[in-house]
Amino acid sequence: MKIGVYVCHCGGNISEVVDIKQLTSFAEKQSDVAIVRDNAHMCSDVGRNLVLEDIKKHNLDRIVVAACSPQFHGKTFMDIVKKAGLSPYLFEMANIREQCSWPHFDEPELATRKAKDLVNVGIAKVKLDESLERKSMPIGKRVLVVGAGIAGIQAALDLGDAGFEVFLVEKKPTIGGKMAQLSRTFPTEDCAACILSPKMADVPSNPNITLFTNSEVEKVSGFIGNFEVTINKKPRYVNDNCVSCGICEEKCPVKLPNEFEQGLTTRRAIYVPFEFAVPYKYVIDEPNCIYFQKGKCGNCKKVCPHDAVDFEQKPEKIEIKVDTIIVASGYDIFDASEKKVYGFGTNENVITSLEMERMIVHEAEGRPTRKIGNRIAFIQCVGSRDEQIGNEYCSRICCMYATKLSQLLKRTDPKRDVYVFYTDLRAYGKGFEEYYKRAARTGVKFIRGRVAELIEDPETKKVTVKVEDTLARQIIESEFDLVVLSVGMQPGEGTGKIAEVLRMTRSPGGFLQEAHPKFKPVDTLNDGVFICGCAQGPKDIPDTVAQASAAAARAIRLMNKGEYEVEPITAVVDEDLCSGCATCVSVCPYDAVKTEVKDDKRVAKVNEFLCQGCGSCSAACPSGASQQHWFMSSQLKAMVGAALGEEEE
Amino acid sequence: MNTTKETKSKSAENMKFPYYPGCTLKTTAKNFETSAIATARALGVELLEIPRWNCCGTVFSLAQDDLIHHVASVRNFIRVQEMNDYGLVKNENRLVTLCSMCFNTLKSTNRRMKDNAEDLKKINDLMYREEDYKGSVEVLHFLELLKSLGYDKIRDKVTKPLKDLKIAPYYGCMILRPKEIAIDDPEDPTIQKDLLEALGVSVIDTPYKKVCCGSYQTVKDKYIVAELAYDILSHARKKGAEALTTVCPLCAFNLDQRQQAVKEKHPDFEEMPVFYITQLMTIAFGLNKEVYGFEQNYVDPKPLLKSKSLIED
Repeated sequence: MKIGVYVCHCGGNISEVVDIKQLTSFAEKQSDVAIVRDNAHMCSDVGRNLVLEDIKKHNLDRIVVAACSPQFHGKTFMDIVKKAGLSPYLFEMANIREQCSWPHFDEPELATRKAKDLVNVGIAKVKLDESLERKSMPIGKRVLVVGAGIAGIQAALDLGDAGFEVFLVEKKPTIGGKMAQLSRTFPTEDCAACILSPKMADVPSNPNITLFTNSEVEKVSGFIGNFEVTINKKPRYVNDNCVSCGICEEKCPVKLPNEFEQGLTTRRAIYVPFEFAVPYKYVIDEPNCIYFQKGKCGNCKKVCPHDAVDFEQKPEKIEIKVDTIIVASGYDIFDASEKKVYGFGTNENVITSLEMERMIVHEAEGRPTRKIGNRIAFIQCVGSRDEQIGNEYCSRICCMYATKLSQLLKRTDPKRDVYVFYTDLRAYGKGFEEYYKRAARTGVKFIRGRVAELIEDPETKKVTVKVEDTLARQIIESEFDLVVLSVGMQPGEGTGKIAEVLRMTRSPGGFLQEAHPKFKPVDTLNDGVFICGCAQGPKDIPDTVAQASAAAARAIRLMNKGEYEVEPITAVVDEDLCSGCATCVSVCPYDAVKTEVKDDKRVAKVNEFLCQGCGSCSAACPSGASQQHWFMSSQLKAMVGAALGEEEE
Repeated sequence: MNTTKETKSKSAENMKFPYYPGCTLKTTAKNFETSAIATARALGVELLEIPRWNCCGTVFSLAQDDLIHHVASVRNFIRVQEMNDYGLVKNENRLVTLCSMCFNTLKSTNRRMKDNAEDLKKINDLMYREEDYKGSVEVLHFLELLKSLGYDKIRDKVTKPLKDLKIAPYYGCMILRPKEIAIDDPEDPTIQKDLLEALGVSVIDTPYKKVCCGSYQTVKDKYIVAELAYDILSHARKKGAEALTTVCPLCAFNLDQRQQAVKEKHPDFEEMPVFYITQLMTIAFGLNKEVYGFEQNYVDPKPLLKSKSLIED
């Protein structure tokens, strides 16, 4: 056995704390170690070539690299080892940066000692590494996209255009998501509906996209390349005969607040969600329909000239098979009534920013819904950056949409006084700072201070804002006609559901967790499952679209070759030791272990494609029959021994 | 908290609670104490004044190294332990307060002592002649005690429902902040509203219910307080309220007595009675008028109550 040990300086990150000389001479003394080298950057071309050439020239058969976390550069070195003709699993990484030089920067001597131990542990393990190979598995070209807001639409269109078969599932009766409700988009002030509606229309006309609206993903089983999906398609109670003539709507006696319009207008129980809805077809709101609740009425059915109303429709379960999944389940706006100090719901003239979006659309179209008035205040960070209500994160869009709304308000009527009370003004994106400056020049007053109190006048219903201007250091009390709460984002109800269905990890704020914040921002820890848009975290439209295209590209990367490699670090059962107790079956979070009868004996069997190598079964197995490749008990024992400074046996 | 079983077994005779009055309850807010003790008794609760009580410390000191400031509060807790030891109360560590300021100081100190064994040891060592405080006391505001009895029980006691009386409850800050010791939601408290509704009152909600009364500024410059009182009272008036209720002697002073100063600055200001919430309870329960204590109210509430036929003369 000939082991090569390579110590990285990481440009000082490691070498400024750990004594490299001591470490290399320590490594040289270990048995079976043939070569020890150090380099400023092992991950650089120079460093990699060192390993490559040494393996060839000196016939090394095991490699240990002492550098950063294997999460970071493990793959880099495994690829080099593989390129040199060895199994990439005859390799170990000793993490002497994140687990040594960084945390112990103030104790160089102890850090050096720990680095030696870590290298020793790596050597002990690498000696027992098996020559594993990645297996290839066929993969098709079918993708499930969950959620059809702008993120889901973009991902579906990219995939469809690239020739992949897309199943797009949306829980609402129309696609379009929250973007459809917006007036204009910052900082360019494009009309949101005008840029979104062509994209929405492209969805049904794309031959590769199958659209399910009014539908939810109920169950997903299986694994990458072989996901089995159950979709619950709720009845529309309107069939394909519908030509959207609207006669039914006129005769419907029910009046309800229109959710698309944030309750500013009303709709009927049979309705089309909005003017540019896709599909542009009527739908019956079952919980609010008199026919369904009381068994009477049925006006819509009576008047429909095309026999399109069908009360007999039943929910359908649709089973599909897909190879990858993209989750674009979006966000909900923060429920402003939770922030009681602003009296949303009690004070007549305190509204949310989304209501303001709709009011501006209506005003621009010459059919205003309610009076906006001349003095308007925006309160920022409602539901964001607020530990009192438990949301620590910044929602990232509110500064700029408030700037945009204030601009639009000023444009319709320059005499309007618009104030924005902010915590910090975060104009971080391309063109944002310029946009904010322009708004300030047009007379929008930006005042730094978190609003303490809102007092509604019992007679005029005007609202007095009490706030400290923290730059001018004075208390302001000022009366406004309308106060707009710039509500933040929170993970949508749908995001919670799909996270449960797919067993996905969530970040502290409740948004979906990416596999790596920098290098795998749209991958997840579930192979073949990708995320994009506000389900992953608050973001604006350009970032959402970019992420959606990225998720599509990552999915294509997996599927395009027609086969993909499976990590060989899976559980393996020693059938002689296995007693068939099925403890492993009960602890496996991926349904990867089953028992089967073999030679009259019940034994556990691992599905290598489902197994994610989490190790739960190995830990739970009472007889030691369940082991994990690359982390065999013998290896773990040797590693512990090395860490404790024991002699090898 | 005691188990419900214990509470039930006591309900045959009056439940006895250690009660901490504080300085104002014996002087300017005597009417608060009289009315509270009477209403408690009507509900089968005996408020037993703790023997040899001393000042609560007035204001909870936020300084980390100002331990000496907390000695006064802790000494009162030792008295509660003794009441249990001598059998004055039976296994009752809940200390009831009326004054909001005392409540805040006592509960904050108690919290610091419970969370910080080292501080408690230092204070116990300082008072080496006393028995050690063991951290067993729980500080309760009278409103919390009423809530725990249940508003249905209170509703049952009402013989004269306060119908047609439009009242705006005022909370002040000391029972609501910081939120760690609050007796209710600090942003939207309803504990007074729930109680008043049990008495039959039409409750008026105002956004000023938790806005500062001016506190000790009343000593430095009464006109600062007068301006705040003007805002609070005139807003309540605009919303249709006929009177305010409070549970804090300092708030009561600032909102009631300072109406004289308000009138100096705003001659057309219309005076408005300010009640301790317990005073309204005595009327609703039909108790003897000796316990109403209106003679200590600056703005005489009798004309209002007479106009609603709630009192006779």
